[in-house]
Amino acid sequence: MYGLGGILLFLLGVWSFLVHDGLLRKLIAINVTGAGVFHVFIAVAYRGLDAAPDPVPHALVLTGIVVAVSATALALTLGQRLERPDD
Amino acid sequence: MIPDAWLPAAIVLTSLVPGLLIFLLGEERQVLRTLLNMAGALLKLALVGWLILGIYEGRTFESRLTIAPGLDLVLSADALSVLFVTLSSVLWLVTTVYAIGYLEHSPNRSRFFGFFSLCVSATVGLALSGNLMTFVIFYEALTLATYPLVAHRGTPEATRGARIYLAYTLGGGAVLLIGAVWLQALAGPVVFTQGGMLSGVSGEHEVQLVLIFVLLLTGLGVKAALVPLHGWLPQAMVAPAPVSALLHAVAVVKAGAFGIVRVVYDVYGVSLAESLGLLHLLAVLASVTIIYGSVRALSQDGLKKRLAYSTVSQVSYIALGASIFGPVATIGGVVHLVHQGIMKITLFFCAGNYAETLGVHRVSEMDGVGRRMPWTTLAFTVAALGMIGVPPLAGFVSKWYLGLGASEAGSDWVLIVLVASSLLNAAYFLPILFRAWFREAPARWPDEHIPAGRLETSGALLWPPLITGALALAAGLFAAAPASPLEWATLIARREYGL
Amino acid sequence: MIDWLVLAIAVPLLGSVVAAALPGRASAIGLATAVLTTGSALAASLVVAEGGSLRSDLGGWGAPLGIALAADGLSAALLVMSNLVALGISVYALDYFSGGVRRHFWPLWLLLWTSLNGVFLAADLFNVYVTLELLGISAAALGALSGRPDAVAANLRYLLVGLLGSMTYLLGVALLYTELGTLDIGLAAEALVPGPLAHTAFALMLGGLLLKAALFPLHFWLPPAHSQAPAAVSAALSALVVKAAVYLVLRLWMDLFGPVAGPGAGAMLGVLGAAAVVWGSWRAFRAERLKLLAAYSTVAQVGYLFLFFPLLAIAPPPEREALLGALVLLALTHGFAKAGLFLAAGLLQKRVGHDRIDELGPAIQSLPVVGLTLGLAGVALIGLPPSGTFIAKWILLAESIGAGQWWWAPVVLIGTLLASAYVYRLLANAFGPAAQAEPAAEGALAPIGRLAQAPALLMTLVAVVVLGLGGEPLWGLLEGVGP
Repeated sequence: MYGLGGILLFLLGVWSFLVHDGLLRKLIAINVTGAGVFHVFIAVAYRGLDAAPDPVPHALVLTGIVVAVSATALALTLGQRLERPDD
Repeated sequence: MIPDAWLPAAIVLTSLVPGLLIFLLGEERQVLRTLLNMAGALLKLALVGWLILGIYEGRTFESRLTIAPGLDLVLSADALSVLFVTLSSVLWLVTTVYAIGYLEHSPNRSRFFGFFSLCVSATVGLALSGNLMTFVIFYEALTLATYPLVAHRGTPEATRGARIYLAYTLGGGAVLLIGAVWLQALAGPVVFTQGGMLSGVSGEHEVQLVLIFVLLLTGLGVKAALVPLHGWLPQAMVAPAPVSALLHAVAVVKAGAFGIVRVVYDVYGVSLAESLGLLHLLAVLASVTIIYGSVRALSQDGLKKRLAYSTVSQVSYIALGASIFGPVATIGGVVHLVHQGIMKITLFFCAGNYAETLGVHRVSEMDGVGRRMPWTTLAFTVAALGMIGVPPLAGFVSKWYLGLGASEAGSDWVLIVLVASSLLNAAYFLPILFRAWFREAPARWPDEHIPAGRLETSGALLWPPLITGALALAAGLFAAAPASPLEWATLIARREYGL
Repeated sequence: MIDWLVLAIAVPLLGSVVAAALPGRASAIGLATAVLTTGSALAASLVVAEGGSLRSDLGGWGAPLGIALAADGLSAALLVMSNLVALGISVYALDYFSGGVRRHFWPLWLLLWTSLNGVFLAADLFNVYVTLELLGISAAALGALSGRPDAVAANLRYLLVGLLGSMTYLLGVALLYTELGTLDIGLAAEALVPGPLAHTAFALMLGGLLLKAALFPLHFWLPPAHSQAPAAVSAALSALVVKAAVYLVLRLWMDLFGPVAGPGAGAMLGVLGAAAVVWGSWRAFRAERLKLLAAYSTVAQVGYLFLFFPLLAIAPPPEREALLGALVLLALTHGFAKAGLFLAAGLLQKRVGHDRIDELGPAIQSLPVVGLTLGLAGVALIGLPPSGTFIAKWILLAESIGAGQWWWAPVVLIGTLLASAYVYRLLANAFGPAAQAEPAAEGALAPIGRLAQAPALLMTLVAVVVLGLGGEPLWGLLEGVGP
C-alpha cells in the first residue's frame, strides 16, 4: 500500500513538473516526486509486523532528504537571484 | 630487419618536424626559417637516396605503429612508393627554393612555410603508406595541410576558392573513408600487396566489391580531378604560384592519381579489377576527363586557369594507364606520374615568374615575353612541348607506352583519345609559344616589379624552372638509362603482373 | 598501502571545505588541492592498470551495507581523463576568475570534482545517486556563478531537470532494492533475474540517466546551461559532467542489467543517438555564438557515444572489446577536445568581449596559439586523423558494417560533414582578409597571458596526437571490463 502510494506521489510530481510553468511550482513538484521515492524506500523496509524493519532504506532516506533539501536550497537561492537581478 | 624500421618514419619526419618548428618562429626569423626548410628538404632527399640504395641491396623497410587493436599505421617502401617519394622529395626541394624567392616580401610567411612542410609530409606519408587506413589518414591530412595554403592570400576570392576546395576534398575524403572501412569489414586489414590483396577473395562478394570500388574511386577521383569531380581545381588557382605548382605536380592531384593506381593494382589486383569490369569504368571516366579538360583549356585566357584545365586532362593519363589491362600501358601510366609532375611544375613556375616579374597573368598579355624573359620562356617551351608529346621529351615517352599498351590490349579507341588529346594540347599550348616568341613585346608590361638586370628575374625564381625543365628533357632523352623513371615504371609493371 | 581511491575523493572534499573557510587564499588552496587530487586519481588508475581492479570499503562495513569504492579499467580511463582536464581547468581558472567570483568558484569547483570522482568510483547504487545529485547541484551553482539573469535561469532549469533525473533514477534503485535486497552493483548483478520489476527498474534508472546525459530529445536543457556558464565551467560541464552520466549508463548496461538490456533497448538508444548526431550538428552549424556552437556539438558527440549501444548489445566478445575501447576512446577524446574548445572560446570572449562567430576573425588572428587550439579541437570534433575520434569512428563504422547494421554509416557521415561545416565557419575567419587590416585596433584587445593559453592547447594536443596515435593501451586497460 505504502509503496503504491509512493509511486503515485512520484507520478503526481512528474506530472505537475511537466505541466506547470512557474519555477516555484516546478520545485515543489520535484519535492513531491522525491517524497514519493522516499515512501517507496520506507515501504521496502517493511519486513512483516513482528520483524524489525530493514535499517538500510531508512538510512538511505535520511541521506536522500539531506541531499534533496540542499538542492532545494540552491534552487531557491537561484530563484531569488532571478527575482532581484540587481542584487 | 629491425634496424630498418626507422627510415620510412624518418623520411616523413624530416619535413614534419621543420614544419612544426617553423610555426613557432616569428615572422622576422627569415634566416632560421630558410635554414630549417632547406635542411629538411636536403635531409629528406638524402634519406630517400639511402632508401633507394637499401632497396637495391634487397633490404626491406617498414615502420609500424599500432593505434588500436587490428589497426596499424604502416609506412613501408615498395617500388611504386619509392617512385612517388623520390618525385615528391626532389620537387619539394626545388619548390622550396622557388617559394622562398616568390614570397620574399609577403606577410604570414611562417604560417605559409609551416603548412607547406606539413603538406609535403602528408604527401610523402601517403606515398609510403603500407595499408589503406594509413593512406586514408595521410589523404585527409593532406586536405587539412593544403587548405590554409590555398586560402593564404586571404582575399575574398581566395577564401571562396579555398572553401570550394575544402568542400570537395572533405566530401571526397568521407566517401573514401566509407569505402575503406567497408572493404576492411569485408576482407580484414587492407594491406597494399603487389598483385592485389583481394585476388584471393571469392566471387560471392562481387556486388559489394564493385560498390566499394565506386566509393574508393569517387573519393580518390575528387583529388585526381576526374570529371565530374574536378570543379575545385580551377577554383584553387587563387593560391600563390608555388602552391599551385605543388598541388598540380606532386601533392593533391597526384595523391588522387597515385591512390587510383594503388587501388587498382595493390588492393584489387589488375586481374580482379578486369574481371569485375571496373577497368572499363575507369577507362571511360579517364578518357572523358582527358578530352573534357583539354577542350576547356582551349578557351581559358588566364594562364594559370589554362594550366589548371590542362592538369585535369593530363593527370587522367595516369588513370588511363591503370585502366588498360596489360603491362605496357601500366608503364605508360606510372611513368606519367613522374613526367606530368616534372612538366607541370615547370609550367607553373614559369607562370609564376611571368606574374611576379612582369605582372602578366593572361595568355593575351604574353606577347613577346620570350624576348624579355628568354630563359623562363625556354623552360616553358620545353615543358609545353613535352605535354603535347613531342619526341624526345618526357611526355612523348608516356604517350608512346600508353598507345602501345592500348593497341596491345585491343582498345583501339584509346588511341583516338590519345591523338585527339594531343591535338588539343597543341591547340592550347602552341598559340602561347607563338605569342611569346614571335609577337612584338608591348611598350610597357602590366606591372613590372623586377627590372631586367644580369638575370631576367631573381635567381630563386629562375633556377627552379630551369632545373625542372632540364629534368623533363632528360627524362625523355635518357629514358632508357638505368634508374630513369621509365626503368622504375617498367620494374613496377613487371612486379604487378608477376612477370 | 595508501588508499588512493579514498584520497581521490577525500582530498578535493577537504580542499573544498578549507577553500570555503579561507576565501582569501582560495586560489592557492584550490591549485594545491587540484594537483594532489589529480595525483591521487592518477595513482589509483596506475594501480588498476597494473593489477586489474581496486576496491575499498569505507567505515569497515562489508559489501551489503557500507560505502564501497571500486575502480576497474573503465573507471580508471575516465578518472584519468577527468582529472587531467580538471587540472587544466584549475590552472586556467587562476587567471580567468577574479574577485568575489573567485572565492565562490573554488569551493564549488572542488565539490564538483569530489562528486565527479565519486561517480566514477562508486560501487553501490545509492552512492551513485548521492554523488550524481551533488554533481548536479555543484554544476548548476557553478554555471550560475556570473549571476547574470539568463545564466541563472538556464542553470536553475538545469538544476531542476537534473533533480528530476536523479529522482527517477532513485525510484528505479528503490524498486531494485525491494527485489534484490542489496545496493552493491556486483551483488545486485548476481541476484538479478529478468522480470517485470527488473525491466521497470532498468527503464527508470536509464531514463533518469539519459536526462542527465542530455541524449536527444532530453537535451533541451543543455545548450542554454552550457553556453551561459563561465567558460571554465562550461568546459567542465560539457567535457566531464555529461560524461559522468554516460559512464553510468555504460556501467549499468554492462555490469548490472546485462540480462535485461537487449538488442531492443540498444536499438532505441542508437536511434536516439543518431537523431542527436544529426540534430546537434545541424544546430551547431546554425549557431551564432561560439559557446552555443560548442554546446550543441556536445549534444551531437553524446549522440555518437550512444550509436555504440545497438552494436554492443549484439556483438560477440572480440567485437565487444573493440567497440568498448572505441566508445571510451571517443568519450576521452571528446572530453579533452571540448574542454579545450570551451577554454579557447573563453579567451576569445575575454579578448574582444563577445563570442559571435562571424566577428571573431581578428581575435583569432591576434592569438595564434588560440587559433591553433581551435584548429586541433576542430580536427577532433570532426573526427579527422590523427585524432582519437577518427579511430573510434573507424571502428564504429567497421563494426556496424560488419554486423550488417550499415545504416549507422550514413549517420556518421552526415554528422562528420556537418561538423566540418561548423568548424569551417569558425576557422575560415582565421584566414580572412582582416589579417593585415587590424593592427590599429590592437589597443582595444584585452591582454591574454601565456599561462592561460597553455591548458587548452595541451588538452587539444592530447585529443589529437596522444589519443590518436597512442590510444592502443586503452584496450588493454579495458580488458575484463563488463560481464
